[in-house]
Amino acid sequence: MYEGVVQNLIDELGRLPGVGPKSAQRIAFHLLAADPADVLRLSQALIEVKEKVRFCKTCGNVAEEELCRICRDPRRDENVICVVEESKDVVAIEKTREFRGKYHVLGGAISPIEGVGPEDLRIRELMQRLADGAVTELILATDPNLEGEATATYLARLVKPMGLTVTRLASGLPVGGDLEYADEVTLGRAFEGRRLLDV
Amino acid sequence: MYVAHLSLADFRSYAAVELALEPGVSAFVGPNGQGKTNLVEAIGYVATHGSHRVASDAPLIRAGAPRAIVRTGVVKDDRKALIEIEINPGRANRVRLNRGNVPRPRDLVGMLRTVLFAPEDLALVKGDPGERRRFLDELLTLRTPRMAGVRSDYDRVVKQRNALLKSAAAQRRTPGPEMLATLDVWDSQLANVGAELLAARLELVAALRPLVAGAYANVAPTGGAAELTYKSSLLGSTSRTDEGGDLELSTGRAQLVVMLEGGLAEARQQELARGVSLVGPHRDELLLRLGELPARGYASHGESWSFALGLRLAAFDLLRADGDDPVLILDDVFAELDAGRRRRLAELVAPAEQVLVTAAVPADVPAELKGASYAVANGSVTRE
Ligand SMILES: Nc1ncnc2c1ncn2[C@@H]1O[C@H](COP(=O)(O)OP(=O)(O)OP(=O)(O)O)[C@@H](O)[C@H]1O
Ligand SMILES: [Mg+2]
Ligand SMILES: [Zn+2]
Repeated sequence: MYEGVVQNLIDELGRLPGVGPKSAQRIAFHLLAADPADVLRLSQALIEVKEKVRFCKTCGNVAEEELCRICRDPRRDENVICVVEESKDVVAIEKTREFRGKYHVLGGAISPIEGVGPEDLRIRELMQRLADGAVTELILATDPNLEGEATATYLARLVKPMGLTVTRLASGLPVGGDLEYADEVTLGRAFEGRRLLDV
Repeated sequence: MYVAHLSLADFRSYAAVELALEPGVSAFVGPNGQGKTNLVEAIGYVATHGSHRVASDAPLIRAGAPRAIVRTGVVKDDRKALIEIEINPGRANRVRLNRGNVPRPRDLVGMLRTVLFAPEDLALVKGDPGERRRFLDELLTLRTPRMAGVRSDYDRVVKQRNALLKSAAAQRRTPGPEMLATLDVWDSQLANVGAELLAARLELVAALRPLVAGAYANVAPTGGAAELTYKSSLLGSTSRTDEGGDLELSTGRAQLVVMLEGGLAEARQQELARGVSLVGPHRDELLLRLGELPARGYASHGESWSFALGLRLAAFDLLRADGDDPVLILDDVFAELDAGRRRRLAELVAPAEQVLVTAAVPADVPAELKGASYAVANGSVTRE
């Protein structure tokens, strides 16, 4: 244990995801030795992110205003919503430039082990967005693991009576990789999701 | 395939050992407690990523050491692969293939295939149903590495579902529509992943059936025939002859999904009341029978032992039919057998590409198994 303030810093850093006690200690001593101006910039960034960034009222993505950049953009297709687990998934899909619709960020996936049920996700908000019938397609882009699949199935069943088109991202082989290096699970899923080749 | 070289660092009683091995028979002989089983346990670990003796990895690390390292050179079709596993207790193991890191240990499953006979195998016959499920599932994984993923997915589905059922049971009022819809979703997951596992097990039992009967008859020519029956926790049993019975060994995966979903719907009230998953492949049983009687609870010690050998021999036959001889490991098995069974077992295993035998005294290595001999004493191994 170190003196009060140093130990406080180590404790706070240790609460961050992926930071164990050893890393927390290393980061703390790095900060102690660092240029005061650098540390000030870091602390300002931390305060600012809490003051300025909030979550989009419509889709739950991180935003600096009431609505996020995507929800404010009039060129985006109002009729398609892509459902993802986290804001970082929005960033990943945006990078592809494939998708011109809007998003809905759930804030996680159904996982009873972690005590996360449908009521803990932004599902009610999604249903409100679908209520007026303007949305015609829902793309379920939750993670390709058991919890993501369970969440996608839950949503698909929930919206079924509304009669809109529901699609799920194909989980397949990573592009640019060699077939022989794909692991069996990915390769197995890719086989299951194979489609007719139109020529 | 065969293991051409084994090197251990801080594994069990070994601080460091280097061992060159050849195809054919190698016998490891030495008094009790000298480290014979420890050697073959290390080779088995490389094949299955687990010990045949203990469920956790901690006992595998030499007392006082931070980690253990097992290196094996495996020769298959004249090509040599170097597999290295660093066993870290409480953390993920580090695995390397030909000196390159392998991100997930399970990607190495199938690089070395072993069939290990050990005194612990008696539990296959006398122990809980879990022992026999593990026998089937480990063999499935050796034959089809993809099944490692299916098994871990299935375990996770059951854990998720149990967590949900437990919280439903704890509420002590009728579960709301959201809870029931969530349970429906996990029912589907269990039915889908469970059907994949179940279909693979049924196919395996169908393939093993004649092989086990044949192997048992070879080891123990007198007495009843050895039979396998798969009993599902909700779908009933296969019949002994694969005709009639509630569950056919040839039932396909799509049909099993439907059957499992139906069974889960029926069991729902009971599951909600008890707060655990009561149906699915994790509750199934592989029934072993000798003639008219179940082996468990009825078979003699020698009969049980022969049945266990029959199961392992059948596994060997099956892997062998897939194309490549697995490495056979016989840990202390001959001491338990009478002269006739000893000779017949030796004759059955002798043709394998590589056979590793351990025995406390030279007389326990049958004459049919001629080959290299190593003396094991006090943590060192010397070729004789
Ligand atoms: N983690 C460990 N650290 C140090 N020593 C260990 C460890 N695990 C086991 N041992 C030692 O290894 C010895 C057992 O070795 P092993 O089981 O290989 O014996 P064996 O030669 O097969 O004997 P037997 O003929 O009785 O089967 C025991 O003396 C035990 O104390
Ligand atoms: Mg031993
Ligand atoms: Zn938004």
